[in-house]
Amino acid sequence: MEFLIYLILILAAATIWQIMRVVELSNDLKGNDPNKVTENDNRMNGVLMITFISVMFIWVIWQLFEYGSRTLPRAASEEGQRIDDLMNFNWYIVIAVFFLTNGALFLMAYKYYGRDKSKSAYITHNNKLEMLWTGVPAVVLAVIIFWGITLWNDVTQSEISKDVRRVEVYSKQFNWVARYSGADKELGKASFRYISATNELGLDSTDQHAQDDIVVGELYLPVNEDVNLVFRSQDVIHSAFLPHFRAQMNTVPGMQTNFKFKPTITTADMRKDPDVVGHIAEVNAIRKAKGEKPIVFDYWLLCNKICGASHWNMKMKVVIVSRKEYDIWLAGQKTFGGAKTAPVTAEASGKEKTDTIK
Amino acid sequence: MGTAHHEHHDLHAQDLGKEHAHDDHHHDDHHHHEESFITKYVFSMDHKTISRQFLITAVIMAVIGMMMSILFRLQLAWPGEKFAIANALLGDKWAPEGILDPNMYMGLVTIHGTIMVFMVLTGGLSGTFSNLLIPYQIGARDMASGFLNMLSYWFFFASSLFMVMGMFVEGGPASGGWTVYPPLSALPQAMPGSGLGMTLWLVSMSLFIVSSLLGGLNYIITVLNMRTKGMKMTRLPLTIWAFFVTAILGVLSFPVLFSAALLLIFDRSFGTSFYLSEIYIDGHALDNMGGSPILFQHLFWFLGHPEVYIIILPALGLTSEIISVNARKPIFGYRAMVTSILAIGFLSFIVWGHHMYITGMNPFLGSVFVFTTLLIAIPSAVKAFNYITTLWKGNIQFTPGMMFAIGLVSTFVTGGVTGIILADSALDIPLHDTYFVVAHFHIVMGLSAILGMIAGVYHWFPKLFLRQMNKNMGYIHFWLTFIAAYGVFFPMHFLGLSGVPRRYYTNTAFPIFDNLQDINEVVTWFAILGAFAQVIFLFNFFYSMFRGPKSPQNPYGANTLEWTTPMAHTHGNWPGAIPEVHRWPYDYSKPGAEKDFIPQTVPLAEGEEDGGGH
Repeated sequence: MEFLIYLILILAAATIWQIMRVVELSNDLKGNDPNKVTENDNRMNGVLMITFISVMFIWVIWQLFEYGSRTLPRAASEEGQRIDDLMNFNWYIVIAVFFLTNGALFLMAYKYYGRDKSKSAYITHNNKLEMLWTGVPAVVLAVIIFWGITLWNDVTQSEISKDVRRVEVYSKQFNWVARYSGADKELGKASFRYISATNELGLDSTDQHAQDDIVVGELYLPVNEDVNLVFRSQDVIHSAFLPHFRAQMNTVPGMQTNFKFKPTITTADMRKDPDVVGHIAEVNAIRKAKGEKPIVFDYWLLCNKICGASHWNMKMKVVIVSRKEYDIWLAGQKTFGGAKTAPVTAEASGKEKTDTIK
Repeated sequence: MGTAHHEHHDLHAQDLGKEHAHDDHHHDDHHHHEESFITKYVFSMDHKTISRQFLITAVIMAVIGMMMSILFRLQLAWPGEKFAIANALLGDKWAPEGILDPNMYMGLVTIHGTIMVFMVLTGGLSGTFSNLLIPYQIGARDMASGFLNMLSYWFFFASSLFMVMGMFVEGGPASGGWTVYPPLSALPQAMPGSGLGMTLWLVSMSLFIVSSLLGGLNYIITVLNMRTKGMKMTRLPLTIWAFFVTAILGVLSFPVLFSAALLLIFDRSFGTSFYLSEIYIDGHALDNMGGSPILFQHLFWFLGHPEVYIIILPALGLTSEIISVNARKPIFGYRAMVTSILAIGFLSFIVWGHHMYITGMNPFLGSVFVFTTLLIAIPSAVKAFNYITTLWKGNIQFTPGMMFAIGLVSTFVTGGVTGIILADSALDIPLHDTYFVVAHFHIVMGLSAILGMIAGVYHWFPKLFLRQMNKNMGYIHFWLTFIAAYGVFFPMHFLGLSGVPRRYYTNTAFPIFDNLQDINEVVTWFAILGAFAQVIFLFNFFYSMFRGPKSPQNPYGANTLEWTTPMAHTHGNWPGAIPEVHRWPYDYSKPGAEKDFIPQTVPLAEGEEDGGGH
């Protein structure tokens, strides 16, 4: 690979040097000042300008289809779907402005390339025109601002009911841990001072509520129920990034942060989504060619704030399941105190039994 | 530098200390003191020499920063592959057998960012062009204080040295990202780069801030007090307006970064807890209680956001001048351009929170920052449209400088529009800290500013080194650079939209990203092309400095005052009286005029109106 790079670079340098020599020699022959910009230069660069932007536009459109098809699948949460709606609205504006403004710029550059016999128009300003391009962006932005702030407030500042399930997501160099409240539906107290090899979250063993807490390395959540993830961090700032749910929040040592959302698609259903099926097929084809094992689709929680040497490998699997499967899974976990949680029947797992807030 | 022997031969050296800006008739100085090599080239107080010192230092720093980016781009495109060049440059410790070490990867992205943002695009850009053009274009013999100006450069030089020095210490350079968020940057236990490397980073930044403040105060005072007769504020070239507002932003915001750095030094070395609380690391619970990492982020971004305008405004200023001169047309909407600069400058102080939407800052604040941030799009849009309209019905002379200036307008638009998305806090949730952000800020700020800076180098090379750069090499440099620039950063948007976080050593831990690896390879190929293009530039730059053809006095037919000075590095700039200014700087292709430009020194004809008025 490296040899190939050097070879290409050397050949490119040699080519450019030869072209330069030819141009300079022909200039010398004609007796031109080599650095005077001529009409020929202007025409050549004007044509290159319009050629560049045409090729660029084609390339951008190609990317929108080719790379665009590899972007995240549809949002797997209620909030995520609303974020995607606003995002799509923004895309129409952004893409239109990108094409129109760049198009206009390079068109002007081409159309008005300098001719020896031509002269510029003397135009200093035009109040109407300037009002237009102050006013139109202002109106469009007003819409974006209003929509954006409304959505932001709904996602981050709406009142969180006491019934909403509260799950702690704990970060440390370099892995994630999840903590569920047990039968008492309350997360026990914790402090960084109690952290030890057997108590990585620093739970307070004297606190009744901590005894039945469940500490696990995977995040299981029931579909179609709000969940309020509360975050703590042991050492440095990390960021809990759940791209498929369009959810993200930093975890900050010394304070608690939170993010509430409602997952809407189970892992099993997402694996059947046509987009995801295509994506995983593409990935597995590449893996097969490299002799690596095929994968199935999973939701992931990634660390998205630089946190040290293994930042790139700090992750936790997220599993969205039906409420029934969730209850069964939870019942099978060990508690902090060491006991198995009481088996939960499907009937006993009604709404009234969701976690309470401290 | 080859023609420096012109100095002092055809003029009476001016006693700059006694010279008042408007006192044109005071040039009967007597002492003709010889300058030694040291006072002339090393500890010089002449704005032109200081400008060249800033530029050459920045060029060297840019080469270092660019090489770093190539090394980590190789790793991102072909993780695990062995590259002899990585081993040759970084040694066995940081690139054993040519495979980049994860800690050094972090160090490279951190120092690359810091060098590019501060050494190249702040020190290099403002330092070079504010120094060169403020005295020249306002008609002053030098900066208000040549001594402070000299100190500004030498603090910058020391700062650059300390930054590079970090690469050579045992634990490696600072590696917590250029934003150096604590606790990561405060605790050597958290990563090796947070040891001595981080200390050097803080020393370097403190020196840099001193340099920036000394320079900035000088620029402000010079623009306010030393304009020549007739040079009203409304007749200032847009370059000067941009440098002026930039300097104000720097003076108001850099001290806040200094306080952030100082508190971080306290936390690191003296056991305070400004940013630290409830931390368990390396098997120990720390004693620090009650601090807040969010405090650092507020202090950092209170500089950090104005900082991006400190970077982009000078580039826009240079572009305004270059586009107008080479379109042979007045800049469209001079007053709107000035108003936009002022509006951007003001707004830049009340938007810093948009870097912190999801850091744990109170979400109510988030909605306030959405509003202020999106407002910045309005003056930015005005500027972009005014550039395009300046080209409209022009007679465009495609000098290499002009090509880069047009390139700037394009990247400013392309990078600006994605800012509309990131400014919206709700949309920032899934995009924060992904490659979408990397694409956005590199295009709108990194590319635009560096394209503007290169445009300035080509355009004002005759004033810097009295010679011209080779035009054809300039064209090749532009096209390769511009193609590579978009090639590197455009595909990154899609990585971000696929959920790929930035600052990952490799994406191999997430097989769901496996189908994006070819995008990373494309990006790296374009990065190599871009670096290759800069070799052409470097050759052209250094060769032309000594061997380029001598430039005529006013090679572009420009109106501003720097082109009324002789093509010699004259101490005091004008051998005779300082010229008087009679008109705005943008009278290009004015109907009725003999030539297609009317220098600012030409008095208004009878009944002629000064341009730009509304």
